[in-house]
Amino acid sequence: MNKFVIAVYVDNKFGVLTRVTSMFTRRGFNIDALTVGETECPEYSRITICLSGDGYAREQLINQLRKLHNVKKVVVLKDDSIKRELMLIKVGYDSQTRAEILAASDVYRGKVIDYTTDEMCIEVTGDPSKIDAFIKLMIPYGIIEMCRTGIVALDRGNVTLLDRIKDKTK
Amino acid sequence: MKLSGAEIIVRTLIEQGVTDVFGYPGGQILNVYDALYKHRDEINHILTAHEQGASHAADGYSRATGKVGVCIATSGPGATNLVTGIATAMLDSIPMVAITGNVPCSLIGKDSFQEIDITGVTLPITKHNYFVNDVRELADSIREAFSIAKSGRPGPVLIDVPKDVQIAECEWEAQGASPKIPLPKASEDEIDEAVRLISASKRPYIYIGGGAAGLGLGSEIVALAEKINAYIGCSFMGLSAIPDGCERFLGMQGMHGRYPSSMAQNSADLILGVGVRFNDRATGNLQKFAKGATIIQLDPDFAEINKNVRVALGIVADVEDSFRRIAAKLSPADNPEWRATVDSFKREEARLFAAEEEKAAGRLTPKAVLDIINSHKPKGTVLATDVGQHQMWCAQYATFDRPRRIVSSGGLGTMGFGLGAAIGARVATGDTTVLVTGDGSFGMNLNELATCVSHSIPVIIVIMNNGVLGMVRQWQTLFFGKRYSSTVLTDRRTDFVKLAEAFGAVGMRATTREEFESAFVRAVELNDTVVIDTYIDKDEFVLPMLPPGGSIDDIITEKEVSEDE
Repeated sequence: MNKFVIAVYVDNKFGVLTRVTSMFTRRGFNIDALTVGETECPEYSRITICLSGDGYAREQLINQLRKLHNVKKVVVLKDDSIKRELMLIKVGYDSQTRAEILAASDVYRGKVIDYTTDEMCIEVTGDPSKIDAFIKLMIPYGIIEMCRTGIVALDRGNVTLLDRIKDKTK
Repeated sequence: MKLSGAEIIVRTLIEQGVTDVFGYPGGQILNVYDALYKHRDEINHILTAHEQGASHAADGYSRATGKVGVCIATSGPGATNLVTGIATAMLDSIPMVAITGNVPCSLIGKDSFQEIDITGVTLPITKHNYFVNDVRELADSIREAFSIAKSGRPGPVLIDVPKDVQIAECEWEAQGASPKIPLPKASEDEIDEAVRLISASKRPYIYIGGGAAGLGLGSEIVALAEKINAYIGCSFMGLSAIPDGCERFLGMQGMHGRYPSSMAQNSADLILGVGVRFNDRATGNLQKFAKGATIIQLDPDFAEINKNVRVALGIVADVEDSFRRIAAKLSPADNPEWRATVDSFKREEARLFAAEEEKAAGRLTPKAVLDIINSHKPKGTVLATDVGQHQMWCAQYATFDRPRRIVSSGGLGTMGFGLGAAIGARVATGDTTVLVTGDGSFGMNLNELATCVSHSIPVIIVIMNNGVLGMVRQWQTLFFGKRYSSTVLTDRRTDFVKLAEAFGAVGMRATTREEFESAFVRAVELNDTVVIDTYIDKDEFVLPMLPPGGSIDDIITEKEVSEDE
């Protein structure tokens, strides 16, 4: 089982995300995470999909995505692509654990964005594995609530996916 | 010129070359029906008995001609009644455009009377669909829908139009019919690789599917088979691609395929798949399917390559062009051993047929019904079927003198498909149309007899009446210890002859070969809607059979179950 990150440019239209996710359900693809948002071009949205699976699953997913009318470009991002995820995590503390949590947050370059008498909310950004590690670190202190955005990712270099849309092949 | 949305819909359909539409009116599509009334000299609307019938008619219209079939329905139940027909078209890659009305935009999302999110419902069963909430996007959505429906791998497209959009006005100018987007051509390297693989084979098998059935490649495929000593088989959807009486054509393969065809495919060392998707009913157990064969797949849909079977070479391009270029580059080859092997399969089939015929002792068997139809049907006859045993018997025994002469639900296996589809095929071609059906399937949508009668659309309906749901019963006999749960229909006591007469059609009954022959001949002469109720034995089996999940090693060719119950 490998992990893949797939970037998809779709028409920025009502209902397109449903078309994509409904296809996953009906074809039985198991998605780890999915994010969607605006791009440098208002006509298109960019969907970033994380998938665990073998080469067959990856090929099928890409092929089925490419068949959707509103999908303009599908690219498997390279292993060295820039991947980032943001997490908000609320952790309980007391006088003994406060310093430890703050130190850990510092090491992970987290930001404390809310602070009450018995809990603090930390924002952490980074590679998904870094987020996973931070969560593991916080478990003993008592995670009250947490929320991850899922990955956004870009390939390195000055080539954009939009350039590749113009070559007309999905 | 400034036109209403309803007027735009009808004029854009006319612009797209549509001459016939099938549908059923209702509250939220009334404006479109008003425009259809106005344009009734340019576009022929056929009112069916049920929206499902309209969807199957649009499908049958398309299957028989290759044109885009069109159906129209109102919102809510009208729209949901199209669903089975749309799904049927989707699974068999049939180009179709469905137009539905919906409640005005201001009532959308409020669970209004007869409101349904039909674009949501049909998302997984359309190639694409549109909810048009702005009249300015209406004409182009319809144009794009036609282009999507017929381009690449064809399929159904639905356009949902709220009532206020049908009323709103905007500028409209006629354009030409939307073009079919051309498919890419295979590269020289791909063609050369295919030629190399085929040239290296000793036992080639050309496997024709629905993607090739309508292309008119039949005689070229036969010519290639003769040149390189290949044999030809087809999937269910590939039926009618190869003209009758060709000794290279072994018929349908697969779960209920003809013995020589399935055996040859599994003995081949090379399979050239032409527009075929290696469906589970065709392959059986994939681990054991055609183990010794190198597979080449020509298909317009890249997602079909390596989906079900691993292929040595997949060429995603215009199938017709790829086939012709490969054929042109191949040199003649012969292998007497391959011919001898296939001849032995053919002899075995002949032996099985003879044994069956002897057992029948002159009774009216399914094969006898089809032999009689084959020998008395006029040239160009369209054969429509429903789903079940009778469908498989048609696939095994019916002959076709040109492509697009079979109209039958393959992928979805839709019982109740046949009569609506036969109506569509008859309207599209004007050729004699015979529906072979079963008492189970016919019971599902026989209301469309009213459509045949009211629109003078003559369809000859042959009911293979065995008083049971035969295909399910066959499985119950083989795999469920003869526990015939809900498959016996004899308690219904439907008199199909009286039923036909009640609808204003002609009813006939046939219990022997002679009676059926004279009834069928008379039906052809009558040029009217005729129901011929024929009786076959409830324990007839469709054979050969590869059990579900089985392989060619498990093929059942003779009925060995005891007759006692």
